[in-house]
Formats: sequence, C-alpha cells, structure tokens
Amino acid sequence: MKFAVKAWSNGRARVGTLQLGSIEIETPSLLLSTQKGLPHFISPDLLSSLPSPNSRLLQFSPLHFLDGISPKTISKIGGINQMLGLHDHEFVAIARDSLQCLPSHDGSNKFGPSFETPCGRRLIKPVEYMEIISSMKPSIWVTLADEVPAWVSDKRNASSVDRTVKWLDECIALRQVGEVFGAVVGGSNEQLRQHCAKEVAIRDVSGYWIGGFGLGESMDERPTLLNDNLPKEKPRLTSGLDLPEEVLQGVATGIDLFDSKYIHHITVGGFALTFPLDGIESKISTFQPGDIGSEQVKINLRATVYRKDTTPLVDGCSCYTCKNHTKAYINHLLNVHEMLAQTLLELHNTQHYLGFFHLIRESIKAGKFERFCQRFIADRRDLLVSAAHAGVSQSPLPKQEADYMTLL
Amino acid sequence: MALRFEVLGRFNRARAAQLTLPHFVCQTPLFMPVGTQGTIKGLTNDQLEEIGCQIILGNTYHLALRPTSELIDELGGLHKFMKWPRAMLTDSGGFQMVSLLHLADITEKGVTFQSPVDGKPMLLTPEESIQIQNRIGADIIMALDDVVKTTITGPRIEEAMYRTLRWIDRCISAHKRPNEQNLFGIVQGGLDPVLRDICVRGLVERNLPGYAIGGLAGGEDKDSFWRVVAQCTAALPEDKPRYVMGVGYPLDIVVCSALGADMYDCVYPTRTARFGTALVPEGVLKLKHQVMARDTRPIDPACGCMVCKNFSRAYIHCLVTKDAMGSQLLSYHNLYYMMKLSRDLHSSIVYGKFPEFVCTFLQKMFPEGEVPEWVCNAMEVAGIDISSCCSPVSSSYGLNLDEKAHAV
Repeated sequence: MKFAVKAWSNGRARVGTLQLGSIEIETPSLLLSTQKGLPHFISPDLLSSLPSPNSRLLQFSPLHFLDGISPKTISKIGGINQMLGLHDHEFVAIARDSLQCLPSHDGSNKFGPSFETPCGRRLIKPVEYMEIISSMKPSIWVTLADEVPAWVSDKRNASSVDRTVKWLDECIALRQVGEVFGAVVGGSNEQLRQHCAKEVAIRDVSGYWIGGFGLGESMDERPTLLNDNLPKEKPRLTSGLDLPEEVLQGVATGIDLFDSKYIHHITVGGFALTFPLDGIESKISTFQPGDIGSEQVKINLRATVYRKDTTPLVDGCSCYTCKNHTKAYINHLLNVHEMLAQTLLELHNTQHYLGFFHLIRESIKAGKFERFCQRFIADRRDLLVSAAHAGVSQSPLPKQEADYMTLL
Repeated sequence: MALRFEVLGRFNRARAAQLTLPHFVCQTPLFMPVGTQGTIKGLTNDQLEEIGCQIILGNTYHLALRPTSELIDELGGLHKFMKWPRAMLTDSGGFQMVSLLHLADITEKGVTFQSPVDGKPMLLTPEESIQIQNRIGADIIMALDDVVKTTITGPRIEEAMYRTLRWIDRCISAHKRPNEQNLFGIVQGGLDPVLRDICVRGLVERNLPGYAIGGLAGGEDKDSFWRVVAQCTAALPEDKPRYVMGVGYPLDIVVCSALGADMYDCVYPTRTARFGTALVPEGVLKLKHQVMARDTRPIDPACGCMVCKNFSRAYIHCLVTKDAMGSQLLSYHNLYYMMKLSRDLHSSIVYGKFPEFVCTFLQKMFPEGEVPEWVCNAMEVAGIDISSCCSPVSSSYGLNLDEKAHAV
C-alpha cells in the first residue's frame, strides 16, 4: 500500500492517492458497504457497470462469517477475493458494520469487544478475530476497538482506550497478512481521543481508523473529536459518518476513506439520490428556496407522482438503471415488493454517491472545498426545511435525516 | 397469425424448431422463466439475456392489479415498461383466480372472484382477459380456459372442457391485435382421453397460431401426465408450436420434448432457489444443508454460469435463506441450468444426437439405473431406446424434488 497527499484545501481537507493491490484511487473516497462481501443487492457481474476504480474498494465485516463458514474453509478457498470471485477489488475488514453488527459496550470486557450480531451477542477475542482475518486475507484490516456511546462515564471511556490499545498490540502480534489500520477511540472526550491517537501513532500501522462515531454523539462535537493530531502522511478511515453533510464534516478534518451506510439506508427506503453533480459552481447560486420539485436531494420512488413518469431517475445519469429504466418501472417494482427495485436503486445510488466524492475531490483540488461545503450544506438545509414546512415531503424522511433535521 | 414455426430437425416425435415471434426469434424446445410482475426475481434484463433467456412469461392477473393494464398500455406496453427486448407471453389470468382466490366461481359468463383490493365481487370474462392481454402486448397471449384440478373426476371435467371450447370463440372474436399477438388455445379435458380428443379437435378446427396443453402439473400421477401429453402432441398439428403449461422439472421437460412438445413454463427454478435449492445434472443440491458449509466446490463444477464460475457451495450456503443475494444468485444459476437444458435439447435434436442426450441426462440423474417406470414407458412411446441407462429391474422410484411445480 502507498498513500500520498496530493493537494490540501485551505483547511485540513486533502486529496490523496491510495495505491492498494491492483487499484489506485484518489481520496477522499467511499468504501462500498457490503453484506458478506457483496454489495447488498448487486451481484458481482453487475459491479463492473459501476465507475472504476473508485467502486473497487469494498468494506466487509468478518463478523458476518462467524456462523456458516469456518476460517478453515475460507483459507481453503483462498481468502475473501477468491471466495467472492472479485479479483479486481480490494477489501477492507472492519468488525462493526453499522447495520447488523453493532458494538455493544456493556458486553465488552478486557478479553475483547462485544457485538450485537444476527446470531446473538458475541464477544470477539483478538486471537479469534485474527484467525478470521488471516483466512480472509483482506488488503486492509482494522484492529479491534472497544467503541462506547457518547454518554458513558469518563472512567468507562478511559478503559475503552486502554483496551483498544492493548488489543491493537495483540492483533499486530498475530498479524500475518494485509495492511493494519489502528483503531482510535475515546468517545466524546477530546483528551482521551488525543491520548489514544498518540498511542496508536507510535505503533507499526499503515493507517488509522477513527472509531466511535454514529453512536449518539452530536454533530456539533464531531469536528473537535475528529481533530486528533494523527500524523498527516497516513490515510485515515472512519465508520458511522453516513449522510453527505457528515461526510463533508469528516473530509474537512482530513478523513480520507469513508465506511458509509448511506446508500444502503436510502436504497432500502426506496429513495434515489438526485442532488446535482454537475460542477461545484453551478446550480447552488441560482437556487430558489421554494423550488423543491426540481432540486431535490433525493426522491421517494414509492410516491404516486412517479406512477406514469417515464423519465430516468436523473436525466443524463450514465448508470445502468438510468440508461435502461424509468421511474414508473421502479415505482411499480417497489409497489409489488420485487427485489429488482433494490438492485436498480443501489446501482444508481452507488454511482451517484461516488459522483459526490468525485465532486469533493475536485473542489479540494480547485481550492474551493470550504465554499463547496458551505453551499452544499446550506442548500440541503434549505431544502429539508422548506420541504418539512411546505409539507411536500412525499413520505416521512428516513430516520437519519429526520435526526439531522432536529439538529438544524 | 404473428409467428412463424419452422421445424429444423426431428427425432421421431421430438422436434427442434425456430419460432419467430414479433420480438424475438426463439429456438425450441424452450423454457420460459416466470416474470410474474414484470420482473424475474431480482435479475436484470441484461442478466436474462446473458443466460440465454428467449421469452419470459408475465401473469395477467398480477399485472392487471398492479400496475394495471391501462397504465401498461398508456406507457407503451409491457415490453417498453420493463424494457425487455425479447419475446413475452401472458397467461389468461384464469389460473391465478382459481388457485389464489377462495371465492372464485366459474359460470358461463366468466370467472367471478372477490377483488383482493376492495373485496367486491368481480367478473373476468374471456373478452376481458383478451382485452387486458391486448393492452399488455405480449407476443403470445393465452385464451381464458375453465381450469379444474386434474385430480378431480366426474362431470365437472367434461363441463370445463366444453366451456373452454365455447370460450375460445369468444376469445378469438375479442382479439383485437391478431397481427401483432398470437392467441394460443388451451387443451383441457382432465385425464380422460376421450375428452382430450374432443378438445384437441375442436381447437385445431379454429386454426390457432399455437396450442397449449393445460390442466396438467397439478398433482396427477406421472403416468397419467405423460400419456395426456403424448396423446395431445400426437393430435396437434405438426406446423404449430405446442406448449405444456406449468411444467418445469428438468426430467418432465426432457420427457415432454421427446413426445413432441416445444414450450414450457414454471416458477419451480426460481421458487426452489428461494428455498436454497440448486438444480444440477444429478437432480437437486440443497445448499442449506450443513455439509455445504465446508464444500469448496462450485454448485455444479461442469456449469459455466456466473455463479458457478465465482462462488463455492460454502459461500452460497452462508447466504441462502438469510440474504437477498442468496436467492438472487441461485435463481441465476437455476435459470441458467434451464436455458442450457433448452439449448441442449434443441441442438441434440438438430444434430441427430437426441437419444444420446437423453441417455446421458438420465444416467446423471439416475446413476444406479433407477429410471422411473413412467419415464421408460414414455420413452418407449417416443421411440427412444434408453435401455443402456436403465437397470434390469426398473422401479418407480421418484425424483427427490421438494415441492410442487405449479405456477401460482
């Protein structure tokens, strides 16, 4: 793995190049979220329709394989790339998946972190975790972390940092394959995060995973918490920053890689991303706050207005879905609960969100990231607010976005 | 008439033909996957074309409820609505009324049923079924028939057969697009050779573009099943396609093709996929079984499909019945298997190798030579010597198939 920073914004946002196995991508970039190594509804033959190389970095949770297939069998198959027939993709192993496998802080103890998983609560010791990692051979893997929610006591928080650093050493000692990203935690305590970051930075790691987000902390405190003074020459990855605004917050503090579930959430909700992607200068300046119909962030394909709409999700979008299908067809598929709806929406939303990351990189390179950020957030806030006030939101907002609304 | 049927090769009663339909030139024998609601379980159109699918089936009953035939018509027909470039067939809707709805009542006027939308009594007449199918716009449309369970005996069978004959005239005169859509008549008459004979003669007199053998695959014994097929195929015209409705077990398709049938449809390959079962030359493979967790072979090592090229049984095992992807991948494999079977039937007949193909097929499925008696009897009538793959004492041991193959 090679990582080099190519450009800085006026603040801490940066564009880098990450060379990993067969791919070389620019950061900030998105890790596609997977279920057992495959995007939730996209089979491997359809993956090639997504823009390369930025769609070739996939997240997976080793915990998905606790039941069903043993490390011995996975070793025999030859690892995760072999098991999924994805030889041109690179995998990043992160224990928590933010969907089904969530850290359960009150079950963790000094032996290992505990997770709520589809097969019940499971305590994972470093030795077990490393056995799975060694069998899967991911390109990057994140060390085990004792993630705690924002509201725990400082004492519990301090013990989470001690454990995370201890497990880091244990994982590194058992390391056989892949690049190690050391986990940094510390909950909502800035000093503890700085302390943890310092400990991780002096160890033999290729990058950092900033943990503890999406666990009840407020959006306002994140910029401080993400300000961890980690060395700048190594890539920083985070989980739990999902929404476009949250991603922008992360990018602004120098996060390079995002393990985001946003695409999955909006896809299962029946939404398609539609915010404009055509350049950082256009659109936003001409935006009229009341003009919801034409400038939506995303659209709800279940809405009856799309029953007879024979246009693609986004005019001019080059994704498989937009090139082939209409809103009316997807509306029908959702109405009759057909799985193809999710496949088509996930294809579109993935391509669209990758386009958003492309826009972020271009704005940093052009020295306009801060302005892009401000405008994007202001634009979207106006949309959400006026949508809520005008009552034109066609269905309740997904929970995440409703939460975001309450922060405004 | 909007089709051309050219027989390219024969072996005794079996034939391989080219069936030219308005949207596609098909090779028979062929299997039609069931795309009930304008999609085939989680597969994209590109994937269906990739596996060699020539014609798909849409269910009139489901489509008339959602999105409604009026909407499909307004948006330019089902081909355009779902962007399927190849051929399509719609059923009459009568079978679903009877099989899905409790309060269906068949009178001379039509099928009265309780609306699943508002519970009011509704009437589907032959005229209305054709009108709806004219709006949907498939290459082949089916006449509304009076469907009775094959296991029923007595005067009801006779009544249904005569009613089917009376209704065919109403269907013919209601058919508004005979130059774009082919109306197939359906032979009824239960398991009674006399009634079947009257029905075949009656339909052939009407000189329809093609004929279906209905009322089978509903739980009747296999010996009755093949005898009805043999009787009907012998009496139907040589120059018209013959479609055995609801047949989908690979063995049944091989037997029916040997007896001179050309087209089949069934939900079995996709339904059984959702239950974690794969079709293989040896019969079926149950991926849910615990031994699969350690099996690193592909589902079928001899299969060339995307799933077999990429995945092990062990990986599919951990997906099946848990993740959407499991049924998506197994549906893909099972449909590929059916398409390959169709192609093999076609080419073995064209190249004069049909008996060899049948023997190889039976040897794989019945390695001990335990070919069921009904298959031996049917093959004798079809003039195909299968003595090389039958053990001296033939038994009536059936296939280990886990469910009924009937389309609902």
